[in-house]
Amino acid sequence: MNAFAGTGKLIRLVLRRDRVLLPLWVAFICMIPVVFVGAFTGAYPTAEARQHYYETSVHTRAFTIAYGVLNGSSLGELVAWRSGFVTFMVALFALLTVIRHTRTEEAAGRRELVGATAVSRHADLAATLIVTCGAALVLGVASALALIGQGLPAAGSLALGLGFTVAGCVFGAIGAVTAQLTTGAGGARAIGISTLGAAILLRGVGDVAAQSGDGPAWVTWLTPLGWAEALRPYSGERWWVLALAAGAVLALIVLAVALSERRDLGAGMFQARLGPAAAGPRLRSPLALAWRLHRGPLISRLAGLALVGLVVGAMSASLGTLMDNSGAAAREALARLGGPGTLVDQFLAPMMTMLGLVSAGFAIQAALLLRNEERDGRAEPLLATPVRRLRWAGSHFAFILLGPALGLIAFGTAAGLAHGLNTGDVARELSRLLAAALVQLPVVWVFTGVAFALFGLLPRLVAGTFAVAMVSMLLGWVGQELQLDQWVINLSVFEHVPKLPGGVMTATPLIVMTVVAAALVAAGLAGFTRRDMPTT
Amino acid sequence: MMTETDAISIAGLVKSFGPARALNGLDLVVRTGEVHGFLGPNGAGKSTTIRILLGLMRPDAGTARLLGGDPWTQTAELHRRLAYVPGDVTLWPNLSGGEAIDLLGRLRGSLDRRRRDELIERFDLDPRKKGRTYSKGNRQKVALVAALASDAELLILDEPTSGLDPLMEEVFRQTIQEVRRAGDRTVLLSSHILSEVEALCDRITIIRDGRTVETGTMAELRHLTRTSIDAELAGPPDGLAGLPGVHGLRADGGRVRFSVDAAALDLALRHLTQAGVRSLVSRPPTLEELFLRHYDRATANLKGRHAEAGR
Ligand SMILES: Nc1ncnc2c1ncn2[C@@H]1O[C@H](COP(=O)(O)OP(=O)(O)O)[C@@H](O)[C@H]1O
Ligand SMILES: [Mg+2]
Repeated sequence: MNAFAGTGKLIRLVLRRDRVLLPLWVAFICMIPVVFVGAFTGAYPTAEARQHYYETSVHTRAFTIAYGVLNGSSLGELVAWRSGFVTFMVALFALLTVIRHTRTEEAAGRRELVGATAVSRHADLAATLIVTCGAALVLGVASALALIGQGLPAAGSLALGLGFTVAGCVFGAIGAVTAQLTTGAGGARAIGISTLGAAILLRGVGDVAAQSGDGPAWVTWLTPLGWAEALRPYSGERWWVLALAAGAVLALIVLAVALSERRDLGAGMFQARLGPAAAGPRLRSPLALAWRLHRGPLISRLAGLALVGLVVGAMSASLGTLMDNSGAAAREALARLGGPGTLVDQFLAPMMTMLGLVSAGFAIQAALLLRNEERDGRAEPLLATPVRRLRWAGSHFAFILLGPALGLIAFGTAAGLAHGLNTGDVARELSRLLAAALVQLPVVWVFTGVAFALFGLLPRLVAGTFAVAMVSMLLGWVGQELQLDQWVINLSVFEHVPKLPGGVMTATPLIVMTVVAAALVAAGLAGFTRRDMPTT
Repeated sequence: MMTETDAISIAGLVKSFGPARALNGLDLVVRTGEVHGFLGPNGAGKSTTIRILLGLMRPDAGTARLLGGDPWTQTAELHRRLAYVPGDVTLWPNLSGGEAIDLLGRLRGSLDRRRRDELIERFDLDPRKKGRTYSKGNRQKVALVAALASDAELLILDEPTSGLDPLMEEVFRQTIQEVRRAGDRTVLLSSHILSEVEALCDRITIIRDGRTVETGTMAELRHLTRTSIDAELAGPPDGLAGLPGVHGLRADGGRVRFSVDAAALDLALRHLTQAGVRSLVSRPPTLEELFLRHYDRATANLKGRHAEAGR
């Protein structure tokens, strides 16, 4: 039998399962650059206004990290630059889609079902990649057409759209590789998301260096996200980058297929070992079980955050120096911008906001673990023992609540140490950065609260907390450009976190958020003691 | 006052999930010390009933009593006295089967180590494998060992043999037979494997569409059903076709086949002997037939309703 027989059938299956999500997603992404066209022509109607905006933005490191290199002041360049974070979103979506249709299916045993029919062993991988890359292509072309429709140059629009496609295809292929490595979907997702995180970080470092004209600008080329940028939409397109991306996608797919060939169905490259025949003396309470379930993801998150914290901290001082060297015009622009604190703080404060978002994501994942215990039927036998519902939920709650706190401490400590060692004042930087990391905790807890409230009241929607977090972040990010009313921007909880280090520390929003989080958790638990179990 | 002799008593239980009614006035009485078969086709409401008994779900109407208590308010106390095997067992992916058995036993508060090891042996289970690597049948065994190794006075087993191979099904039957002989435990055994219930249970309750349709001992239920007759006759069976209670009569030369209600059996046999019997095979009703009759009636009702609606 041909190694890819049955792919067509599986493509239809994947399309059918994602028939709502995929079109919604494509349409949503296509709209973002168009919205920016409207925003920029509205807010900066003349070439002078745009030039002015360009000068103030080009040397703001937070912008460079979030969006990438700004090449010039034309409308197209501004739109392309501002759409830089869209590549992150496309990459993340493609990654998760591929894992969801491959490893998740396999871990749930559904692949066995499909595999028993006349479908060859690589068919599901092929079908998933074809759908994901196809969607990325549709998304790219549709974005380009939408921008051309707005009167922007055709070549640049195509380069911008294909940049999204590149991000989607490469990270889809990365998802295909990570799906072969672990036996659980969670592990595959963790590896994939860490890769994306590293790519974002590398691109940030490279772009800041490129923008300041000094430092290791080449590291941008190490990341697929950098390739999307290297297409230089509206700014002298470099089409050959597409060949580089296509080569990388091909290589990754070959790797995924090779890995898949070497393993059994259900297995990973990292094999599950045999366990003990009897439980150890400590495994005798719901809390002990919750620790067993949470400890793996918790430890890997702590390690990841500490590592990223070290890198960020180590980068800060040298980036500060780079910016100081980058000329009087830049310094003047920064002064006009009037941002709080020193140059380095301007870099660190948005990093901390990102940390808050990422930690919120971790908290939501931990809450989903609880929900999945119910959905997958593992809660039922536990709750048929004398263990009460609140005790069971509470045992997970301990980790959902404290896990992110530990993560923030790990990041803040690592960043503070690394930065302090560079500046020579460890005590000061450690306390400053630790505080800056910890002020994110209430915002993280708000999302813990949302997840818990949904768990108690609308359990099928717990995963929707991710969407709430995303929208909340986006409101803060794009709200200013869209000139939304301040109250709409204020809906983003992230906007209320003190911008530390460097900004003013205000306790009120932190207290309010903590109280809101507590109320949400209480509402969730109250609902949980009353509702049917399991709700699937 | 807990002088009740019934381990489980359910009356008029109603439970809806949105517009769909899972239970529609279900009744069920399980006497202390008996093995009770809880039969019904898929989706009949067996698992929903059990979840209400376990205090996991709350009924919309009707009453459920478990071991003399209220399953929703006295959950923890009651759970100390029972063990449960869910219909679809999933295990923790990174816990071994042995760990899962011990954990569940410790949480329940009772686990007989010797019995645990003996059961693992009997069910031919490797307790060192991780949860994610077990097949469906082996996951089922893990849950069975955990429940059977306890000293709970009530065992609630939801389709416990689904996924077991015939050999293991036999081991399960033996184990339940032992429990039954010992007589100190009550078992509620939900199933749609009729021969299993027939072999193991003192009394059975049959439900369909969330409603109890029959309940009683096997003997009592056989009473309600038809005996199949296959006979070779010397002459034509005059008048047999016209007898009330004779169904599906087929005559083929000297051979007749039909099924007959218990009440009409005597009369039918007299007709046969009048014609002269050369050979006779009679089969007692199996639960299968009993069950199929209920299906038939259900589909007949449905057809009737459709026909009416069509008019
Ligand atoms: N949590 C639930 N939400 C919605 N419908 C349910 C739920 N649980 C059961 N049902 C429905 O209730 C009916 C009875 O289901 P169940 O009790 O599982 O039947 P059985 O165990 O006899 O196969 C079925 O139609 C099923 O689809
Ligand atoms: Mg069931």
